[in-house]
Amino acid sequence: MKLKTLILASATSLLLAGTAMAQTAIKIGVLNDRSGVYADLSGEGSVIAARMAVEDFDAAGKGITVEIVSADHQNKPDVASNIARQWYDQDGVDLIVDVPTSSAAFAVNEITREKNKIFMNSGAGSADLTGAQCSPNTVHWTYDTWALAHGTGSAMVAEGFTKWFFITADYAFGQALEKDTTAVVTAAGGEVLGAVRHPFPGTDFSSYLLQAQASGAQVIGLANAGGDTVNTIKQAAEFGITQAGQALAGLLIFITDIHALGLETAQGLVLTESFYWDLNDQTRAWSERFAAQNDGNKPTMVQAGVYASVLHYLKAVEATGGKETEALMAAMKSTPTSDPLFGEGMIREDGRKVHDMYLFKVKSPAESTGPWDYYTLLATIPAAEAFRPLADGGCAFIAK
Amino acid sequence: MTMPTETGYRSQAAALPVGTPRHHMVIFAVLLVVLLLAPAVLYPVFLMKVLCFALFASALNLLLGFGGLLSFGHAAFFGLSSYVAAYAAKSWGLNPEIAILLGVAAASVLGLAIGVLAIRRQGIYFAMVTLAFAQMVFFFALQAPFTGGEDGIQAVPRGRLFGLIDLSADLTLYFVVLAIVFGALLLIYRIIHSPFGQVLKAIRDNEPRSISLGYKVHRYKLAVFVMSAALAGLAGATKAIVFQLASLTDVYWTMSGEVVLMTLLGGMGTVFGPLVGAAAIVTMQNYFAGFGAWVTVLQGVIFVASVLLFREGIVGVLAKWLKKPL
Repeated sequence: MKLKTLILASATSLLLAGTAMAQTAIKIGVLNDRSGVYADLSGEGSVIAARMAVEDFDAAGKGITVEIVSADHQNKPDVASNIARQWYDQDGVDLIVDVPTSSAAFAVNEITREKNKIFMNSGAGSADLTGAQCSPNTVHWTYDTWALAHGTGSAMVAEGFTKWFFITADYAFGQALEKDTTAVVTAAGGEVLGAVRHPFPGTDFSSYLLQAQASGAQVIGLANAGGDTVNTIKQAAEFGITQAGQALAGLLIFITDIHALGLETAQGLVLTESFYWDLNDQTRAWSERFAAQNDGNKPTMVQAGVYASVLHYLKAVEATGGKETEALMAAMKSTPTSDPLFGEGMIREDGRKVHDMYLFKVKSPAESTGPWDYYTLLATIPAAEAFRPLADGGCAFIAK
Repeated sequence: MTMPTETGYRSQAAALPVGTPRHHMVIFAVLLVVLLLAPAVLYPVFLMKVLCFALFASALNLLLGFGGLLSFGHAAFFGLSSYVAAYAAKSWGLNPEIAILLGVAAASVLGLAIGVLAIRRQGIYFAMVTLAFAQMVFFFALQAPFTGGEDGIQAVPRGRLFGLIDLSADLTLYFVVLAIVFGALLLIYRIIHSPFGQVLKAIRDNEPRSISLGYKVHRYKLAVFVMSAALAGLAGATKAIVFQLASLTDVYWTMSGEVVLMTLLGGMGTVFGPLVGAAAIVTMQNYFAGFGAWVTVLQGVIFVASVLLFREGIVGVLAKWLKKPL
């Protein structure tokens, strides 16, 4: 009898303590591609990353209950806007993370601004998210097209690759990427010998590759994305372009693409990323834990960005003790970021997260020691130079 | 008509003699009441999506079910109109009703241009010609400077109706969309049951005989094609204002396929079939979104099942069972 009372009493007190501590309930929506071309680089892996952030932060122990929901936006802006609206209006979601595909990210960006919630983007590339389309409710974490173009463009010219030729997808995104990179290459003292436009989406790149080969350029810049880039690289391997001494520079390509292509095909490719699992002890340890939950696949920079952004958000929730959007955004921007994956960094006033970027070269099969050992580090681009300067973005709400 | 419940309508409908379209009016009335009350239970934005697609499918049904012309390029009208409306509302700052009308006008002109050429062919050739034109419109939307490429036109303001009524609240907008769509559905109903509609059905069933009776078949076909395009445009423009977005999805050929699927699933050539089909497909896409690619697989399975088991579509089967045209 005494024992029973004791158990009851302690259970009640625990329960009371539990309710007393659980002050803030947070709902995080991971919105990304779960079935299409970006499913590998974001997808379920991003959900795992978000869950790991909640566990590592020990949210439950700090009185924050976190629920994670996820959905597939199929890379379509209309689907993304639909889900985001419903999440904010009906399901009580406080934060949306990830959202690859720029068009879908813009849609979520607008709705988040309208509903005054928070959007931490990791997957999308367009630098306009912190430029022309910038929003006080948005943080752009992992990378953007400006950083990729500048990283690859300027670092490669510095390495002595001065003569460029572009294979460009013939639509707004491809043309913008080509234009940005051209500006970087010429500013760094390089020279663009020419460019060829291919229809989007394309399948046969052989004639463009032959033109690029004949141009005498040292670097062939691939100003396209997704399936187009993968196909270009595959066909370039058939022509033996990198073996013949020309370098291929991917302007928007991820480690999962390299994994899918295989080193035999992708070797020699130069690319810029903000995260690689094999950078240091901390990234290796985290990536090992991640891979154990993700069928042995190592994290991409997008998934790493989801982890780091959720972690930073939870820190702000703890610091402000609530979930008022303005207070959280102010706390996130005023507190320097620190996490095991991106190291020390900060979130700029326009929502741009700033950290180092890295220029990698894809290893040859002989250099690689096993699966996922894909990159050799060529150069580290310091945070101060990695992203577009605040003043150049044209962000409307920044006081000039 | 004091208690327009579902059972009420059934007993009432059963009392009516076969063949009178009076039960259609009853169904329309019940539908209106249900739709007026629906936002109390369901999410208004979801309902608006259903309404827009119901109108889109009904527009296609006017052409396919009553004109006997299978267009595989209706996304062109839907999409172009949504781009025009979005651009007018965003860049020119026009009122939503003007923007929507501009969208409809653009879709009608495009419908006239494509229709003049397409109706010269029949069957699969007609379908292919419309598809080819729709692909041209897609590439136009991809390349043209004002469409924003693959980003589309985003952050379209919902604006104020007639400069007075603020549409930013979902519920206000819902009733406006309901009025637009319901009005358009009644218009379609009126077209179908007019002498014009009777001639259309005659042409669908036996074109040579209609010609021999002295009807100028091409004019009828062109007229219904343009009407269908304009109504599809109305759906697209309304959708652009609702979702504040015009994107490539709206002009892509899969959109044309989806609307054909909605029409067939609901019941081609019935008045209410496209509404049921659109509601079924949109509900599936919305509530099963978590299953990712499986939604498409499920859609395919349902389509195969409907073709094998009930070729007349949901409402078609129901109409057969009730022995009434629905």
